[in-house]
Amino acid sequence: MTTTRQWTAFAALAVMTVASSTSALAQSPRDNVWSVGSSTVFPYSQAVAEEFSYTDGFSSPSIESTGTGGGMRLFCGGLGLAYPDITRASRAMKQSEWDNCQNNGVTDITELQIGSDGISLSVSRQGESFDISRAQLFLALAAEVPVNGQIAANPYERWSEIDASFPDVEIQVFGPPPTSGTRDAWVELVMEEGCESFSEVEALEEGRMEEVCQRMRTDGKFIEAGENDNLIVQRLNADPTAYGIFGYSFLYENLSALQAVTVEGVAPSQAAIGDGSYTVSRPLFVYVKNGHRGVTPGLEEYLALYTSEDTFGPDGFLVERGLVALSDAARAEEHAEAMNGAGMTRYISN
Amino acid sequence: MTDRQSLDGMAAPNWNDPAIQGRLKRRHRGASLLRLGGIVAIAIALGLLALLLGSILSIGLKAFSQTVAEIDVPISTEYVDLENLEDSNWTRLAQDGVATLYPDDATGRRDQRYRNILSRGGLNAVRGAIEEQVIADPSLVGQSVRVSVQLSDPFDQFAKGVVRRDTPEDMRRITNDEIAMYDGLVAEGRISRVFNTWLFTNGDSRFPEMAGLAAGLRGSAMALMVCLIISFPIGIGTAIYLEEFAPKNWLTYMIEVNINNLAAVPSIVFGLLGLAVLLNFFGLPRSAPLVGGMVLALMTLPTIIIATRAALKAVPPSIREGAMGIGASPMQVVTHHVLPLAMPGILTGTIIGMAAALGETAPLLLIGMNMFSTDLPGSVFDQATALPTQIFMWFDSPELGFVSRTAAAIIVLLGFLLMMNATAIFIRSKLERKW
Repeated sequence: MTTTRQWTAFAALAVMTVASSTSALAQSPRDNVWSVGSSTVFPYSQAVAEEFSYTDGFSSPSIESTGTGGGMRLFCGGLGLAYPDITRASRAMKQSEWDNCQNNGVTDITELQIGSDGISLSVSRQGESFDISRAQLFLALAAEVPVNGQIAANPYERWSEIDASFPDVEIQVFGPPPTSGTRDAWVELVMEEGCESFSEVEALEEGRMEEVCQRMRTDGKFIEAGENDNLIVQRLNADPTAYGIFGYSFLYENLSALQAVTVEGVAPSQAAIGDGSYTVSRPLFVYVKNGHRGVTPGLEEYLALYTSEDTFGPDGFLVERGLVALSDAARAEEHAEAMNGAGMTRYISN
Repeated sequence: MTDRQSLDGMAAPNWNDPAIQGRLKRRHRGASLLRLGGIVAIAIALGLLALLLGSILSIGLKAFSQTVAEIDVPISTEYVDLENLEDSNWTRLAQDGVATLYPDDATGRRDQRYRNILSRGGLNAVRGAIEEQVIADPSLVGQSVRVSVQLSDPFDQFAKGVVRRDTPEDMRRITNDEIAMYDGLVAEGRISRVFNTWLFTNGDSRFPEMAGLAAGLRGSAMALMVCLIISFPIGIGTAIYLEEFAPKNWLTYMIEVNINNLAAVPSIVFGLLGLAVLLNFFGLPRSAPLVGGMVLALMTLPTIIIATRAALKAVPPSIREGAMGIGASPMQVVTHHVLPLAMPGILTGTIIGMAAALGETAPLLLIGMNMFSTDLPGSVFDQATALPTQIFMWFDSPELGFVSRTAAAIIVLLGFLLMMNATAIFIRSKLERKW
């Protein structure tokens, strides 16, 4: 008989659990700031969230890493606490994403640039660093390149075949996969810029030119190493002839093991990325859903902290993590926009 | 009356015949080769396991200790509210305490170079520590309280020998000046290495020296609890019905085949299901242990059903017939006799299913349980991480200190898996009955 009673008790417990969970669901699901988006901006938002949690009065923000595209999808899902307040992006919001937001009622968005990030081509300290131009990088990494006036499959096997001063080792570059914002930025900043310097490419028709400029080689010389930058760092440590493409913050943290290849004579550094002389750098964004101001507790305070001098200024704690700060005027402007919720002007709402 | 007599009609084999000898030798050689192959296979497996554990332990054990600096924090009456201790200016007290380490330089300013030696999150830790100690013992007001603060990650790595003194200055994160100051602190006897309890009590942090597994452990515990509450009763109910009551027809046969197939479905598929159905359709909260537990329950269900059916099948029919014979109803036969006898087998299967669920990462990533928060989750509806997703996130972090912390977290996870599997083995060997 005991067994039957135990079962009854168990069933009652299960029913109670379900009942309590449904009633809890009816209440507000969260009382903290929720941010999604780019894994490149993740460490910065993480740092601000931790600093924010030291201040009294608000729950610690939740920071989730979904990638820029995934973040946009969640962010533009709709208004209300079931959707995130903030999404981070390692590129600007696209027109299609803006339209998606508009369709779902997310019409009032503030775009904040929090700083810039350089993308570095790095090699182990045991390996050889050299100076390369973007045109030469295009020759080393594109699927098809100009050969004797014709566009043909990339024939270059070794760095020294591109320029005699380069190391005489086989080309082997680890880089991010197409789903990554870093890859998008690399293609835009290096491959597309580099290919334009060839008259053979210029002569091509529009669609074909885009294809030649954007496609990375797939013959094993450029290796997609997954989203995890630490993994690339480990590969470079193990093999001094291998090169890797990743964000400047990873190079900065691993300076004891890695060195950068200079691009057009400039090595990536805070100063060179900040003033634009290091050409492979990109802006980092945070998008704020203005409809959540005053609804999500702490959202405005979080933004105030994010855009304060101690945070994203030249001596702020984000710079310690590898972020490259904006100019004084730009920072003041971003701070004002963060506070007054100025709508973004990149696309015109229809 | 042995077998020999049945062979009487046959001629006794001549064991010295070379043909027989040859065949015999071949057979023996085959047997010893098989044995050798088995030993080699086991040796390779053990070797790889040793390599794996060895590399994880050699990296991860470092993270179980933490270099700390001892600070004497003066509890000045100026900032303490004796009427209401909680309202005292703990931040100011902590700041002044940390400042006692900094010698005033010629210009009278605090030396900023020290700030890189102590953890950046250290001030908060000091504040928490003195607040706790003084409230527990108000007589400390006016005296000074000794607290330990974690060193920042670069100096923790330096103290542990990962970052070396003879490395050129431009190749490390710490400057020669800072090392000289650190040596000063060592000479004062303020630096020591202690067991890293913060690894188990702190939530996540961007500073490796402050980061702990408490949030991941709690998130995993919550998700497993939800998983158990859902999958245990449903799993047992399904198994009892299929094994004891269901008619044997093509429908139940199809159900059986499907359950067995479900056990082999990759876990990420359950994650996609959770994302599409639980989050997008039912609108349950993202990143919550509730949803994590539900997804893990889907994954664990087939394991529990299969284990329960095997345990029920192992109960001899005579017990059912005996119970039936003294007038028990089919329901009573199951709940009074068969189920209690099968319970040890069921529990073993459940624990093994739970252990698999504990280590599962992919479905949790899909429903967003890889999020950062310094808070610990308060309920199953809060956004949370789990132990494996915490490992995933730490592995992705650029700071040097997270390399050893990732390995340490793996050791903790393996520890829990080992404990669960040991419990399962204990239950099986001690409680299970053999007929």
